[in-house]
Amino acid sequence: MASKGICDRVAIVGMGCTKFGEHWNRSASDLLVDAVQEAYGSAGIEPDNVDAYWLGTTGSGISGLTLSEPLKIQYKPVTRLENMCATGSEAIRNAAYAVASGAYDLVMAVGVEKLKDSGFSGLTGSAPPGDGTESGMTAPANFSLLAPAYAEKYGVDLETMRDVLTKIAYKNHYNGARNEKAQFQREVPVEKINSSPKIAGMLGIMDCSGVSDGSAAAVICRAEDAHKYNDNPIFIKALSFVAGPSEGAKRQDYDFTTFPEVVESARDAYVQAGIEDPREQISMAEVHDCFTPTELVLMEDLGFSPRGQAWKDTMDGRFDLDGDQPVNPDGGLKSFGHPIGASGLRMMYEMWLQLRGEAGERQIADPKVGLTHNLGGAPGRCVSFVSVVGL
Amino acid sequence: MSGIVRYGSYVPFNRIQRSAIGGGRGERAAASYDEDSASMAVEASREALRELPEGAEVDTVAFVSTSAPYTEKLNAATLQAATNLPKSVTALDLGGSTRSGLSALLAGIDMASAGRTVLVAASEVVVGAPSGPRESGGGDAAAAFVLGGNGTEPIARLIGRASCTEEVLDVWQSPGMPFAKQWEERFGASIFTPLLVETFARALADAGVAASDLSKVVLDGTNARVFRGFMRPAGLDPAQLADGMAGSVGRAGAAHAGLTLASALDGASAGDRIAVACVADGVDVAVFEVTDAIDDGRPKHSVVSWIESKRDDLAYTTYLKWRDVLPFEPPRRPDPDRPAAPPMQRAERWKFGFVGSRCNRCGNTNLPPQRVCVVCQASDDSTAEPYADSECRISTYTLDRLAYSLQPPVIGAVVDFDKGGRMLCQLTDVDPDKVAIGDELEMTFRRLYTAGGVHNYFWKARPRR
Repeated sequence: MASKGICDRVAIVGMGCTKFGEHWNRSASDLLVDAVQEAYGSAGIEPDNVDAYWLGTTGSGISGLTLSEPLKIQYKPVTRLENMCATGSEAIRNAAYAVASGAYDLVMAVGVEKLKDSGFSGLTGSAPPGDGTESGMTAPANFSLLAPAYAEKYGVDLETMRDVLTKIAYKNHYNGARNEKAQFQREVPVEKINSSPKIAGMLGIMDCSGVSDGSAAAVICRAEDAHKYNDNPIFIKALSFVAGPSEGAKRQDYDFTTFPEVVESARDAYVQAGIEDPREQISMAEVHDCFTPTELVLMEDLGFSPRGQAWKDTMDGRFDLDGDQPVNPDGGLKSFGHPIGASGLRMMYEMWLQLRGEAGERQIADPKVGLTHNLGGAPGRCVSFVSVVGL
Repeated sequence: MSGIVRYGSYVPFNRIQRSAIGGGRGERAAASYDEDSASMAVEASREALRELPEGAEVDTVAFVSTSAPYTEKLNAATLQAATNLPKSVTALDLGGSTRSGLSALLAGIDMASAGRTVLVAASEVVVGAPSGPRESGGGDAAAAFVLGGNGTEPIARLIGRASCTEEVLDVWQSPGMPFAKQWEERFGASIFTPLLVETFARALADAGVAASDLSKVVLDGTNARVFRGFMRPAGLDPAQLADGMAGSVGRAGAAHAGLTLASALDGASAGDRIAVACVADGVDVAVFEVTDAIDDGRPKHSVVSWIESKRDDLAYTTYLKWRDVLPFEPPRRPDPDRPAAPPMQRAERWKFGFVGSRCNRCGNTNLPPQRVCVVCQASDDSTAEPYADSECRISTYTLDRLAYSLQPPVIGAVVDFDKGGRMLCQLTDVDPDKVAIGDELEMTFRRLYTAGGVHNYFWKARPRR
């Protein structure tokens, strides 16, 4: 069973993305205006040309009014959606399927999050009224379970494991240092990563993605119309999304070294895109490095490394900007920052730049096929999105 | 004849050294940040209820404390739900004096004589004014008794009793006072010592035994000075005195007479006669005779085993923070949400009783209970599966330094049960530096936090004590 997919039937013809970071002087509305207007300009369109909008945000607004009000969108459909940290990618998926269906000709997918107004550290959620029996563990605590489990399963000693996690953080900051829109635009010395204050388990603060504000937007149409708007569109090869049954938190056979949801969404996406060997065929990827061990495990779940080998590939530089398969060339969640609803679109924005040769100092040589991966939830209990895009 | 059918005790894991408070010998027991008198009453009651003799079905529940978590809302209902007793029980909260623990025990025996089977759980978190004698001399603990006799052989029969009530200002606390106060002890002793001598004599006469026939005498009260002039007139020898655990637990208010009686029963043999006296706002005296059933009726944990299982280096500032006496810098995280009444009601058997489900098709166990089985997806075809007494171990864990807690870091563990089933839960009563994968655990009923005046009770895992 797999999605039939819409390989090469839908194109992205314009994108916008704000700088991510602590925007003390900009509201969610401001960020939306900035990202959407940049995307209009990128596609060379007027607001009137857009038939419908999908807005992803987890907590910075409710309903389509969150978008239509600041931009004064004139009586058009605006869908607000949420799928945890994969929210931005869900906006792309739903918008793309809408044009593929023929219901609309030109649509926009938009994501936004304003996290820094809360005054708290880390993410804060607003859960529905509950019975008070949830574990209460934070996101870094949940994801920290991956590191010792991986080390134990593959016989990696904890000191080496620390080096691997540090390498991932170092790499993503190295890339972010070459990105003027990233939240953190500085390389971070290995010693500083190693000695950062502990947050959860093995994870220090430098193993965690940046908490930030930001917005990004994409203009999407059917492939046959793409060149009306842009000489260099990019094409969607696959869109896959999976919500797991939450087995890992309930079954004793789950060992915290994989995300079954990611494995399934990747398998589905590769079938849609006709990818048989992701390690060789995917030129580059933006993946959900919410915490450093997440990126490690994702390399195996996405098929970039054989099981138990991602730590070696990481240390060997395979995923570096100048490696065989660059991962998170824009700095990832780690360095670019993670305004939840915007992150999936930010990942796509890097694909847009790289495939069109516009990534400047961090341009990857001649990329053909890119992948974005977006995850929401926790190990054992999550949703996963995979897209494949190309020229 | 009616009496005690089963008993149980509970002493929390943490101790604070009196030297850390500012003087005095020994240590006192301190309820953890996630415990209160209701949760400790549940722990003691689980001990008493674990192996009830055939035919003993509890139909009455009494919760006794002067430190009840709710002033309005039945704390005994929490006790009923957390011990999975039937909803048809008569339930009542008692308190008002630290003598009410023993008074309730006597009342329970009276009810047993009328054919009822009664759980009496007395529990106390004693919070005294900082640097005062109540803070130093108090202790936190709980004791529970199942009282019956109708068709069930008690482990100890009540053979005599006497009471006396005196309107006197000794210890008092009125609404709005953060701590109880006590009148000059010399005055209290002048009133209570003669009353105790007289009441004790009446109880012995009621039992038809002499002072010298008693193998143990439990003397408990708000005022230790009362007992100085009592032993000789009562015809008692100091060797008969039960250890009041002043140096290891401290006086646990309404629970203390019961806790000391439990300790005496731990060491008792058939035929032993034990007198228990409690002096506060008057006097209660009960005289028990231990029966042949004692050896079948001892709980899993003796009082001594609870006392010996401890962490004894609790910092005074931490203690004051736990008791909400000392304001502190909160974590930079949102306050926890107040749990909502309808979801709590729907999840009552899970939240309070810790009952999961077992799939009737594939046998898999689901925690929390699921309508659709996580393994075979069979729908609405499962049976309730109790988990509170199930042994479990750590599959993996993490220290969460970001999560909201009065005692960071939160230790989050993936806990696998020996009989199947997994859940993510918090560990408690554990040194974060000593947690290891594979550690054996047991479940314990706790107050996770209080929000909006609502106490959020649920279960945590702790290393086996």
